[in-house]
Amino acid sequence: MNYTIIGNSAAAVGAIEAIRRYDRKGEIVVVSREPYSVYSRPLISHLLAGHIQENRIFYREKDFYKRNRIQTFLRREVKAIQARSNHLLLDDGERLGFEKLLIATGGCPMIPPVKGIDRRGVFTFTTWDDAKEIRRYVRENPVESAVVIGGGLIGLKAMEALMASGLRVTVTELMDRILSATFDKKASEMIERQLKARGVNLITENTVEEILGSHNGIEEVLLKDGRRLKCQVVIFGIGVFPNIGLVKDTPIRYNKGIRVNAHMETNISGIYAAGDVVEIPDILLDTVRPIAIWPNAYRQGWIAGCNMAGTPRRYEGSFAMNSIEICGIPTISVGMAEAPENGFEIIQEFDSKSGTYKKIILKDGVIVGALFIGEIDRAGIYTGLIRERIDVSGVKDILLREDFGFISLPREYRKHLVRGEGVFL
Amino acid sequence: MAYALYPPEFRIERDRDRCIACQVCVRQCANDGHIYDSEDDSISSDESRCVGCHRCGTLCPTGAITIRETPMHFKANGNWTARALRDIYKQAETGGVLLTGMGCDRSYPIYFDRILLNASQVTNPSIDPLREPMELRTFLGSKPDRIELDPSVTGIRLRTNLAPQLVLETPILFSAMSYGSISYNACWALARAAKAEGTFYNTGEGGLHRDFYPYGENTIVQVASGRFGVHADYLHVAAAIEIKIGQGAKPGIGGHLPGEKVSDQISQTRMIPVGTDALSPAPHHDIYSIEDLRQLIFALKEATRYSKPVGVKIAAVHNVAPIASGIVRAGADMVAIDGLRGGTGAAPTTIRDNVGIPIELALAAVDSRLREEGIRHRASIIAAGGFRNSADVTKAIALGADAVYIGTGALVAMGCHLCQKCYTGKCNWGIATQDPYLTKRLNPNIAERRLGNLLRGWSLEIKEMLGGMGINAIESLRGNREHLRGVGMTEAELKILGIKSAGEAW
Amino acid sequence: MKRIYVHEEYCIGCRLCEIHCLVQHSRSKKILKAFKEEFPRAVSRVLVEEHGYLSFALQCRHCEEAPCLEACITGAMYRDKRTEAVLCNEEKCVGCWMCIMVCPFGVIKRDLESNKVGSKCDLCLGEEMPVCVQNCPNEALTFEERTET
Repeated sequence: MNYTIIGNSAAAVGAIEAIRRYDRKGEIVVVSREPYSVYSRPLISHLLAGHIQENRIFYREKDFYKRNRIQTFLRREVKAIQARSNHLLLDDGERLGFEKLLIATGGCPMIPPVKGIDRRGVFTFTTWDDAKEIRRYVRENPVESAVVIGGGLIGLKAMEALMASGLRVTVTELMDRILSATFDKKASEMIERQLKARGVNLITENTVEEILGSHNGIEEVLLKDGRRLKCQVVIFGIGVFPNIGLVKDTPIRYNKGIRVNAHMETNISGIYAAGDVVEIPDILLDTVRPIAIWPNAYRQGWIAGCNMAGTPRRYEGSFAMNSIEICGIPTISVGMAEAPENGFEIIQEFDSKSGTYKKIILKDGVIVGALFIGEIDRAGIYTGLIRERIDVSGVKDILLREDFGFISLPREYRKHLVRGEGVFL
Repeated sequence: MAYALYPPEFRIERDRDRCIACQVCVRQCANDGHIYDSEDDSISSDESRCVGCHRCGTLCPTGAITIRETPMHFKANGNWTARALRDIYKQAETGGVLLTGMGCDRSYPIYFDRILLNASQVTNPSIDPLREPMELRTFLGSKPDRIELDPSVTGIRLRTNLAPQLVLETPILFSAMSYGSISYNACWALARAAKAEGTFYNTGEGGLHRDFYPYGENTIVQVASGRFGVHADYLHVAAAIEIKIGQGAKPGIGGHLPGEKVSDQISQTRMIPVGTDALSPAPHHDIYSIEDLRQLIFALKEATRYSKPVGVKIAAVHNVAPIASGIVRAGADMVAIDGLRGGTGAAPTTIRDNVGIPIELALAAVDSRLREEGIRHRASIIAAGGFRNSADVTKAIALGADAVYIGTGALVAMGCHLCQKCYTGKCNWGIATQDPYLTKRLNPNIAERRLGNLLRGWSLEIKEMLGGMGINAIESLRGNREHLRGVGMTEAELKILGIKSAGEAW
Repeated sequence: MKRIYVHEEYCIGCRLCEIHCLVQHSRSKKILKAFKEEFPRAVSRVLVEEHGYLSFALQCRHCEEAPCLEACITGAMYRDKRTEAVLCNEEKCVGCWMCIMVCPFGVIKRDLESNKVGSKCDLCLGEEMPVCVQNCPNEALTFEERTET
């Protein structure tokens, strides 16, 4: 059996490890346009900041491909998927045949139509090469200040990395607060206060319209409201969208992302998709959308791999979740951050002295959102309660207590989990 | 408010070099004897609360705690001992009856420690219990006056109908301890160990919890003066029934389980409302003569269709011999005699320590009397009251007991440290309590294992002692006073025990 | 694989498991030194939950499909080939806390001193039996292999 994977990140590794678990003999081929062995994409900000050395960025050991007998085509790009004839057409014209295909092409950085993006000093921030280039540019050019477009997770990670490199950073955000997709107003405000205290120039309800400069590089940017900011580096940190370019001219169905069934298979038999490129059931919002986070990518890759290798498994869907430490403050956000309308109950605790904020959103006695700023111990319990849809109305008043745990929950739930059976998240 | 006039009984010594302030002692003391100070991360102790149960010292991971008797000595006084003084101080403060738990702890003579066993030398060679079969099997019940056999073509058949018998694989049973005085887990462990080792346990006067019905074949149920939990199923599930007239720890008075200890489970088992005191009156209010006792014995036999032995338990008092004789003539299949040192969950100290006689003397007196009257075979004698080891058991059997009840011994095997505070319901070892936080401490698996080990260890030792005497069946030792000699006893004591002095040959 | 199973009916809330786990993962592995001389003090991987008279010890379940393994962005979480335990390579960990976010048992702890490492139960690698199981005075923890039904 031949298994071919387009992509070489979390979803690919999940698929490889699943396939090898059930099929030690089949041939696995990985095609990736990046030149590296699989690395941890979220760590590029740590790399840029200088917190880790390059050798620590790899996701698996050096002999991962050899040990799993994988043939790799690195620094190669797939030009087209010929679904009907089970072939991939590579950039140099080579054709690769496949029996089972996994499309794990991940996401593309969102770049709005801003004038001047071809100038030197403009970067996106999604790959190792991005981090390398930014580092080199800052080192080799007189860079004092930078503008990060986008006050979301990617933008703030870029901001932190640039601050650690000693630059003055401005962050522009279209909404009225940073992290508007992840946090609620209070949490955003707590982080904004910290950022400002560290000298970050935070500009909300605004964005960059034009990047101006000379052939030497950037000199300033023009904001929507007419202001101009001097800077030498601009980084787009708005977000990613599924990299579905390859499926556009194929019969493979897609919407915002590639559409897959519970077996991670597309509408074309034998072709699977996983990771940031797919859209999957959001079990909290009851929709289908891409939820581009690392754990999902791995898990979807794993499920896809199991199915590709002949062991049917189902993917149960997911929901938003993020863990990020900003300016030394640990934060975890799971599920909904804001209650959309009436009918939701909110339990929260805010301690200004210790700078901690905890919030739980309930609907009909079931947790649908949990937000932790500053204190994140045991946050995963709430993630589990969300996924299992446990009715916690009986323990509402102790939900946020320090000693809340399994002991506070009904015995059946406790017995079920503490027995140590396989757990899915 | 007036100070206590006496220092606390125990001193808690904490080795500061070893104490890591892990707080295990703080959590484990049911009397809140240890207090954690978070300011300086240290632990201090309040000695006035210490009962000397050793829970803290046993669990301390660094062995930092030692419990000693408070070394504040009163001026030496042969008459007014420290204990006598303390009792008065306490009573002057409370004005009530001084209560205590477990068995008499005064230093009355322990006759077992003055009785010695024989061993074979030269003639009648010893038997090695690891190589030769040794029978400890014991049958409790009424034996017939004579046996009639029917010779037939196929062999010899027994014509006589035998009265119902209990079969024990070892002559040791677990004494009566009620569910209420001890915890559910403790009862469960006793039941399981009894079943595993082929012996019996006694429900005491607390009735039988439904969960323990599966162990009915190894259960002796008690019909006591309060008649708690006595109903048809209770009688039918059991292997034998015991009418409790008295108890060695508190002869002549009744029992009292405080309402606080009567939980939902206990209320159901005893058939009394939740939270009410469970009072056992001193006499059965329908037994005022030996004829009344006979009536009750036969009522129970009728109710169970003569299918199981019905015994009677009495405390060892001065006239125990004629009383026992009357009981046997009244139709009891077994007579259990509970001596001075028998244990209890709660009793007035003064009764426990001053009323009753030691089991050794009582047993010998009863056995001799019944033999003299020619009725020894009509009932089995079970001796109880402070048996500490297999030697005590062996000596008791030689004095005439068919089997021995162990109560305190079983509790100690499960972890009891004899702090004698059972009546507070705060047993730190999870045995004499109903507090769910404390009862968890007795893991019935561990307790069952320990009880089983105790029985097996003692049984092996008994076999060793028997083998040493050249005997291979316990029946040969029963009442065989020739195998005993006394040391340090008066003529009268030797006479009552019916044994010779050490040094005398046949 | 052999796992630690919890019997809440026998847990007495003494927390000796926490103490011995701490000692086992300390530098000296000696109880007096670990508590009195080592700073920062080691962290216990097992946590005793308590509510009224109920209590039990909870540690990593070493799940067959471990969410922490899948969520770890650096690959620091891995499965030991011999014991099948899920372990954390503390050198690779960067303290992103994704594992804390996804562990439904909440048994991964932050090492607050270094603030960069997640600590969790490692089944006391190298010992015949995990020390929490060995030292539970009431046999509330057992180390056994159970076939999943």
